[in-house]
Amino acid sequence: MARKKECIAMLLAGGQGSRLGILTRKVAKPAVPFGGKYRIIDFPLSNCVNSGIDTVGVLTQYQPLELNDYIGNGSSWDLDRVGGGVHVLSPYQQIKGTEWYKGTANAIYQNINFIDRYSPEYVAILSGDHIYKMDYSKMLDYHKANDAACTIAMLEVPWDEASRFGLMFTDDDGRITAFEEKPKVPKTNKASMGVYIFTWSKLRKYLIEDEDNPNSSNDFGKDVIPAMHTAGERLFAYPFDGYWKDVGTIDSLWEANLDMLNPKANLDLSDTSWKIYGNNSVHPPQYIADTAKVENSMICAGCEIGGEVDYSVLFPDVTVEEGAVVKYSIVMPGSVIKRGAVVQYAMLADNVTVESGAKIGESPEQMADLDAWGVAVVGGGVMIGEHASVAPKIMCDNDVAEGEAV
Amino acid sequence: MTGKDIAGIIYSSNYDSCLTESTAVRTMGSVPFGGRYRLVDFMLSGMVNCGISKVGVALGNNYRSLMDHIGTGRPWDLSRKRDGIYLLPPYNFSGVGDYGSKMGVLKGLLDFLNHTQEEYILMTDCNAVCNLDVEKLGAFHEAKGADITLAYAEGALPQLSDVTVLTLDGDSRVTDMEIAPKNADAGAYAVNIMFMKKSLLLRLIFDASAHGQEDFERDVLMKNLQKLGIYGYKIPGFCRVIDSLQGYYDINMELLDKDNRDALFTDERPVFTRVRDDMPTVYGIGSDVKNSLIADGCIIDGVVVNSVLFRGVHVAKGAVVENSILMQETFIGEDAAVNCVITDKDVVIRPKKTISGAENYPVYIGKGKVI
Repeated sequence: MARKKECIAMLLAGGQGSRLGILTRKVAKPAVPFGGKYRIIDFPLSNCVNSGIDTVGVLTQYQPLELNDYIGNGSSWDLDRVGGGVHVLSPYQQIKGTEWYKGTANAIYQNINFIDRYSPEYVAILSGDHIYKMDYSKMLDYHKANDAACTIAMLEVPWDEASRFGLMFTDDDGRITAFEEKPKVPKTNKASMGVYIFTWSKLRKYLIEDEDNPNSSNDFGKDVIPAMHTAGERLFAYPFDGYWKDVGTIDSLWEANLDMLNPKANLDLSDTSWKIYGNNSVHPPQYIADTAKVENSMICAGCEIGGEVDYSVLFPDVTVEEGAVVKYSIVMPGSVIKRGAVVQYAMLADNVTVESGAKIGESPEQMADLDAWGVAVVGGGVMIGEHASVAPKIMCDNDVAEGEAV
Repeated sequence: MTGKDIAGIIYSSNYDSCLTESTAVRTMGSVPFGGRYRLVDFMLSGMVNCGISKVGVALGNNYRSLMDHIGTGRPWDLSRKRDGIYLLPPYNFSGVGDYGSKMGVLKGLLDFLNHTQEEYILMTDCNAVCNLDVEKLGAFHEAKGADITLAYAEGALPQLSDVTVLTLDGDSRVTDMEIAPKNADAGAYAVNIMFMKKSLLLRLIFDASAHGQEDFERDVLMKNLQKLGIYGYKIPGFCRVIDSLQGYYDINMELLDKDNRDALFTDERPVFTRVRDDMPTVYGIGSDVKNSLIADGCIIDGVVVNSVLFRGVHVAKGAVVENSILMQETFIGEDAAVNCVITDKDVVIRPKKTISGAENYPVYIGKGKVI
């Protein structure tokens, strides 16, 4: 038995993230690069250590190789701890047979033994696909003060977006009175952020009951929490008002990256009291040449910039040659954009080569049909030939020959 | 031989006195260099890149910042159960005091040397900046059947009081050594990287100690030129020795040249350093950066030209930075201007202030100063 912990975290990182298309072909969504030098999972993991949670189980299932490698022994987040730290939890063989994680609740159910080792009072259930900075210790205080069985972090979202979320109604004390899952016409704008704190003894009981229910889809939002609500457990909504974004789609991932450049977006990465940790590259400093013009952008170590970069996020070791233009784009590690190429409103995965004169994406102002516009995406290692072009909204996962247009 | 057969020794402070401005608060090994490095990183990385897994760092003076920097040695993968990094301060055991000369250091390191199983020892200083390929150096040593190999560079002599000029024969054997000759200003000079068998090093130390000799170059190497096979290995590519503040400034500026960067920073032998988990550097609207080397974690809203910026530097709107080296967390206020300036860590230049040096006389602003 490990030493008792007051609160441990379980991070759901097994999802495929199919809406991210070719970006998650070989990696799980939490391992997708984000914000210049991070991966999505750096945000919840850093929140954990900054909140004083030193024991985290990371539940992996889909394409875990790169994610496991990235997490390593957890030292990047100070999670290589004696009697705690980060643990990667994959589905495993049992006497009764082998099961994949059937749903979010089942993933936790299958790891009851892991959680019991620490005999925690509370368990935080987190998602591996949200970008936000949050002090879980304050949420835990709120949970304890309310003597809650479950506390759900809640964000007031713009009304026109509310129908995309799981919504909650609360009374004046913050106690949840009803749920509404992605309604067509929302009657509230209080959305669940997918961040939960449970009293472990309660959750443990409901997980076992949920597993025994053959009609359950074994999902927290759809099954376990409604069951707790029906049984009259004390469920509370914890109001959060910082930056939060679900980066489950190409558009939201692109937007969230560019939000880093927006001082009004309320996500300050320079705050040394709440650092976002991750694996750091060993590249030399970035070099900005005489011919370069860089504005309103984030650029990382190892980049060599000779061209024009505006409103973009460049990951480590990216080359933008003289005369190339990168605008409103996200360029992941090791990509090269050669002389005279134009990349705009695009996301390039790692190690993409854009040969000279090629053109990727288009600005929405230039589009006759705005419905045809979208962020152009180029998959990892793809080569875009000289003077080739990639249209907006295309996901390009194969090399494009010289002069060809896709 | 491979890295497994070699142990490394790095002297951190033999040349502190040639950079008094920067070493007032630190030792040579932890002097910031090249935007994100400390001088010790180059030798440490060279060693681990060839598989050396045991490195002793002899700490002389002002060594706290170097200890902070090296920590457990993990950034260089030297945090090991077997071997790894050894920080070796003076007053190591009874009878060993302040290190003083290189000979003093070696005597203080006898303990470390005696516990070293590796057959060869690579000894370096921290004042050379190069991407050392230890495998090549070792192969040269073996091919020549050398007793001692000294690495050297060619060109204008560094202005050091003990710069050692080598005369080599056609077979690269050192036939003469001169220390700080007055009649030469260029030539082949040793860069304080020395390679030999541990057994030979121990014998030389005991011999010198018994004869009361205190200077390794003068008393040990020069006197043994005939008896021992001492060979010179020319370091290929970019190799510079820091000899003064001016030299420090010039060598940093040389990194703005792509060829020099490509020679120093290679994918095969990366230069490792301590990580800080900084955010990416943010270029604001209206920022204008030309020909500059910039580390992560900076916020740039002003103009930066021909400069090297370390991590966490902030250049406010309207500020102009030219031909300057700004170390970690330097803050340049709105509409301030600096030209040919070296700022140490945590310097603040208040709004609208103007400070200017000359390219052959950069102004140094000490750690934490507010101007």
